[in-house]
Amino acid sequence: MTSTTPLLEISDLEITFSTSSGPVQAVRGASLAVYPGETVAIVGESGSGKSTTAMSIARLLPKNGAVTGGSIRFGGKDITSVPTREILALRGSEIGLVPQDPMSNLNPMWKVGSQITEALAANNVARGSAARKRTVELLEEAGLPDAARRAGQYPHEFSGGMKQRALIAMGLAARPKLLIADEPTSALDVTVQQQILDHLDSLTTELGVAVLLITHDLGLAAERAQHLVVMYKGQIVESGPALEILQSPQHPYTKRLIAAAPSLASRRLVSVKERERVVEQAQAHAAAAHAATDAQAPETGPAAADAQSPASDVVIRVENLTKDFPIRGSVPWRSTPFRAVDDVSFDLERGTTTAIVGESGSGKSTVAQMVLKLLEPTSGRVLYEGKDVTTYRGAELKSLRRRVQPIFQNPYGTLDPMYSIYRTIEEPLRLHGIGDAKSREAKVRDLLDKVALPAEMMRRYPNELSGGQRQRIAIARALALDPEVVVCDEAVSALDVLVQAQVLELLNDLQAELGLSYIFITHDLAVVRQIADRTLVMEKGRVVEQGATEDVFHSPREEYTRRLLGAIPGGSIPLAGAETIDVDVAELDSSADDEPEHAAPAPDEMPYGAFVNPADRPDRRDHGHSGGPIGGAGGEHV
Amino acid sequence: MPSDARSLRPRAEHFVAPLEETPLQAVDAVDTTSAPRSMWGEAFRVLVRNPVFIVSALLILLVLFVSAFPGLLTSQDPTYGVLGRANQGPSAEHPFGTTTQGYDVLARTLYGTRTSVTVGFFTMILSTLIGGTLGALAGYLGGFFDAVLSRITDIFFAVPLILGAIVIGNRVDHVTVWIVVVVLGVFGWTNIARIMRGAVISVKNQDFVTASTALGASRPVILLKHVIPNAIAPVIVTATVNLGVFIVAEATLTFLGVGLPPTSVSWGGDISAAQNALRTQPMMLFYPSMALAITVLSFIMLGDAVRDALDPKARKR
Repeated sequence: MTSTTPLLEISDLEITFSTSSGPVQAVRGASLAVYPGETVAIVGESGSGKSTTAMSIARLLPKNGAVTGGSIRFGGKDITSVPTREILALRGSEIGLVPQDPMSNLNPMWKVGSQITEALAANNVARGSAARKRTVELLEEAGLPDAARRAGQYPHEFSGGMKQRALIAMGLAARPKLLIADEPTSALDVTVQQQILDHLDSLTTELGVAVLLITHDLGLAAERAQHLVVMYKGQIVESGPALEILQSPQHPYTKRLIAAAPSLASRRLVSVKERERVVEQAQAHAAAAHAATDAQAPETGPAAADAQSPASDVVIRVENLTKDFPIRGSVPWRSTPFRAVDDVSFDLERGTTTAIVGESGSGKSTVAQMVLKLLEPTSGRVLYEGKDVTTYRGAELKSLRRRVQPIFQNPYGTLDPMYSIYRTIEEPLRLHGIGDAKSREAKVRDLLDKVALPAEMMRRYPNELSGGQRQRIAIARALALDPEVVVCDEAVSALDVLVQAQVLELLNDLQAELGLSYIFITHDLAVVRQIADRTLVMEKGRVVEQGATEDVFHSPREEYTRRLLGAIPGGSIPLAGAETIDVDVAELDSSADDEPEHAAPAPDEMPYGAFVNPADRPDRRDHGHSGGPIGGAGGEHV
Repeated sequence: MPSDARSLRPRAEHFVAPLEETPLQAVDAVDTTSAPRSMWGEAFRVLVRNPVFIVSALLILLVLFVSAFPGLLTSQDPTYGVLGRANQGPSAEHPFGTTTQGYDVLARTLYGTRTSVTVGFFTMILSTLIGGTLGALAGYLGGFFDAVLSRITDIFFAVPLILGAIVIGNRVDHVTVWIVVVVLGVFGWTNIARIMRGAVISVKNQDFVTASTALGASRPVILLKHVIPNAIAPVIVTATVNLGVFIVAEATLTFLGVGLPPTSVSWGGDISAAQNALRTQPMMLFYPSMALAITVLSFIMLGDAVRDALDPKARKR
């Protein structure tokens, strides 16, 4: 082919949404081109207009959205204002779509096979038995083993990874020229994500399909696409060859994004942090020593910066913690125990961070709940400053609660929507009868200041705040009682990259300032690298590896850890100008899918509408790597 | 690794937007300009812009005014019946005419409002207290309590409101307004209990409840301060609609002769009396029926408007 006309050419695109508060321009003056067979990635935060731009191509905008300027040319033909009939003809047969959330994009009432057969019939590719035969071929092609049997199953019998494969098969059913993949893997575990994207890559290369990949993950985009388009607040701020953008970003926003993206910059960021840490530790020493003089804290200062140094002061020791959940058996009275956490032991030293990393279903959150005494362990002990707290009740438990505080994942669920910010932060003080109204107000002001929020915020309600702001309020509430240990359960996973970096920095600063100890639960290895001193890697309820964070990253001993590290997108991209502190593990080095949780719910979510999306809960997400609910591990391997 | 081998892009252009067109903003800046908005404040703002709410609220205000001061709108005594003025048509003295017993229809319709509103309001309070308490406890405690309380709810649910009230009403010699309130309240709390239970279950699993537990709040404190305030909205909606239902129930019981005695002034009793003269005096039936219909309709409309304001998801667009 010598054709140099782009397959898709968007120029000066304007998209406007009409809302109750007037028209809102979601996309302004966006221009981009996709050439046959190439992969172009649009990168941006939530609300940057990346999905809106992509959806406008197949005219899939919500009802109140419309293209108000510019043009979209597909295959040389202007399709901006052609009748809907012609767009319908393009959908599926010329432009395929892989949606974001595999959990909700298959109709649970229909067999997976018949949904693909339907797509074939709709695009006049094949009908009847020919279509059914083609369906099986397509599923095979998408990497599902035993495709003939799988086609006859319902979506609930598929794991998340398998569902996404079925959706890819559907998107490619009519051999389109362009495939729009909208965050195709952000709801999946990293190892599953890697398999799916590898497969999508090889399939589209083989078929010569151009891919427009929408993602929030700069590392993933750079790894998978030749051409990057960076969007910010509805505008394209930078576009160009992927490597060139990563290595020499020009626009300040791109620079900021690259600096914040843990998957790309963790190397550099960590080195900065390491330098900071020396200073911070000295400050923490002073702070803790100061605290020891006027509080009853009998302990010495925080542990040394280097996690390899011998343990001096253990705040929390977890010994052989085990938790069984009963799983309903074939008959009601016979339940089989499911071991969610199996013999987990670790120490948390004062002033340090211990991270627990694992994929969904690894039992990491269950450990957190037991440390917080929100769940009773089946066996094993949790020691707080040497005392067994497993049997604490009443007043003893209440005084323990003062010193161990949680921060949860979902910023939209963690604050009571009926409580003003002031009441939210004041609640713990009130519960423990600390101070009078005046001193409590002073404390709330002080806490808001600590989390870098203005004091005027006190009279506001959670529905007015962004996810990052809510998470900072949750941090302020957790700090109100001057706790010693904070358990962060996926505390930054639902936030955009830049906000995530900001909150992590805040947590890190507060640790230095207040001598806090963190237990940091996450699936995101890059975050671990940035904040943790010690790391535990969990798989299927067991600790498969634990040690100082640098050791785990530099020389992982276990195959599973290596696999997790290797699955992180963007790891192999050489960044110019980054000080390399660990040349030997270049391919394992930087990390993470930033936020595999799919987009957060709208801020105006109503309180009793109870946002419960199964896909949102890390532990209920797909158990891909350990095999589907029916089909066994084979389903996930390419 | 991206490879440029398969790209047909003519040359690798690198576009950078000029900074003045795309200025950077602070990460996650706080908007300090807008006024604070609580959930109830927000709901109220939605309410006052809803014409259904305006109309129903005006009607309810009218109904409440009439039930408080029926004497301001008529000089006639509703319980003074003279056979000498029976079956009269509308006149200046009796704008709605008189009944076969010689009562003034306007006065009876106006004074009947008080009975209906009293029964409806207090029955609503009683049934919401019973149903709300049982539902909240069942949902919050769960397990054995939930199983027992839910079965009790089911048993009461199986008894039709009117049937239960008829049985009790037949056993009581002198039925007063308060007996009607208790009887309807005891049989009419089940839908409130079910809604409260469901709402409490969905709220108690939210993160902010777990956060309060971890802050050291006790279970009763969490139930009263976090769970119930967040679960109350759908209960308010149902209770408002229930109010209309209870007014109808009282009228039905009195119509059937097992509710309030004929000596009391009630729309149900008037409708019952008027059906004998339906052919000759249709307006005798019309006025109390209209009053009943308007009152009930306005409460049901109010319930709808409140539902729209409190739960935008249930809104039909």
